Amino acid sequence: MTVITHHTPDALLAAYAAGSLPRPYALVVAAHISLCLECRAAYEAHQAAGGAVLENTAAAQVSDGLRAGVLDLLDVEVAPVTRYRRSGVFPGPVMEALKGQPPRWKSLGLGVRQCILSAGREGSARLLYIPPGQAVPDHSHNGLELTLVLQGSFSDETGQFSGGDLEVAGQELQHTPIADPGAPCICLAATDAPLRFNALIPRILQPLFRI
Amino acid sequence: MAPAGYLKDYGRKEILDHFDPAADFGRIEAMLTSGLQIDTAMSGLSVVPGKDRSTVSMPNPQISAQTVWMLAVRDQRDRAAFAALFDHFAPRLKGFIMRSGTGSGQAEEIVQEVMLTVWRNAAQFDPARAQVSAWVYQIARNRHIDVIRKERRPLPEDLGYGPTEDADAGEIMAVEQEGDMLKQALDRLKPEQREIIERAYMGEFTHQEISAQTGLPLGTIKSRIRLGLERLRHELKDMR
Repeated sequence: MTVITHHTPDALLAAYAAGSLPRPYALVVAAHISLCLECRAAYEAHQAAGGAVLENTAAAQVSDGLRAGVLDLLDVEVAPVTRYRRSGVFPGPVMEALKGQPPRWKSLGLGVRQCILSAGREGSARLLYIPPGQAVPDHSHNGLELTLVLQGSFSDETGQFSGGDLEVAGQELQHTPIADPGAPCICLAATDAPLRFNALIPRILQPLFRI
Repeated sequence: MAPAGYLKDYGRKEILDHFDPAADFGRIEAMLTSGLQIDTAMSGLSVVPGKDRSTVSMPNPQISAQTVWMLAVRDQRDRAAFAALFDHFAPRLKGFIMRSGTGSGQAEEIVQEVMLTVWRNAAQFDPARAQVSAWVYQIARNRHIDVIRKERRPLPEDLGYGPTEDADAGEIMAVEQEGDMLKQALDRLKPEQREIIERAYMGEFTHQEISAQTGLPLGTIKSRIRLGLERLRHELKDMR
């Protein structure tokens, strides 16, 4: 496994622990923590800080029935929640988003493929498959774009990103990620808004492909 | 009813130190008089080598009552210990959830979900990685969001090994000390700074707002990260 050199920024980890990240970002951060021990440690430190806040919170009296109600429910059997595990290059949270199935890729042309995991008001999360030497269409984006490398590597104006690395691209970044030679690059990418493409034709195709 | 030993071994004073006296004193008195006690022979606490396994070593009075209860829930499915955890956390959880604008009724529904998750997922609690409060905090945030959104939020895959049953008291104490340091750091902040941290961890700020705040993360978090990372590496090494 390659050494992870691009990590989740602390503010994103704190927001993730606190539950205030939009869902597509939360998926990417959860996937990155699944791969990165350093960010897992930072996440756990934020949980400890959250725990300190919880301990310091002024108590509110609970109703009499709540305690008895909870104690009565201890024996009730509940179906265990399915926890998805890593499969191939896809960490557990991605497998959960895929509902345990392999990705169903759709071609974007030139060998580039995508699999949309979620798309909605909160933004979108998708898997990208980029053959070596191929570029992700030149694009800018309305807000933050998070890209987690799951296989292979890509390079853009800001550097090289390989297995487990997370690229955090702000609104101002106009970048052209190109997959490096070797294995096809597979990424998990999330934005909080539909991507805007610079060229005319992709802009027309955008609603069609939901990218 | 759990076996004897808890109050005797840990000492009444140490237990009282971890309580909100106004809220909990009556219950402690009741525990003392009724003889309600919690097993200390569970494997999570250090047992002096060569001695009878029911003898818990004395020099760890700093292991908090909540951790002892949580281990009793995890290892013995101890209901009395769970009830004690409920009495400690439920009112705090309710206050915590209501502070972000949730009504009393829905807050109690979430408290119920959180406490039932504590019971059901107890096997995942690892005192060498997290204090009970940190663990409960994350469950509370997860459940709160799940209830609001009616879907499960994405969670990291676990590391593929459960908590080690024989975490030694030194490891547990290190985690507890860091937690106490964080709590003290929080207490020392000016009220308005503290309010910012509280609101951040209650999920009221976006990540941009958190980025814009100075003083967040607390400097103490940095050392917590470093130590946490050392522990994770250590655990992974042991696994191989």
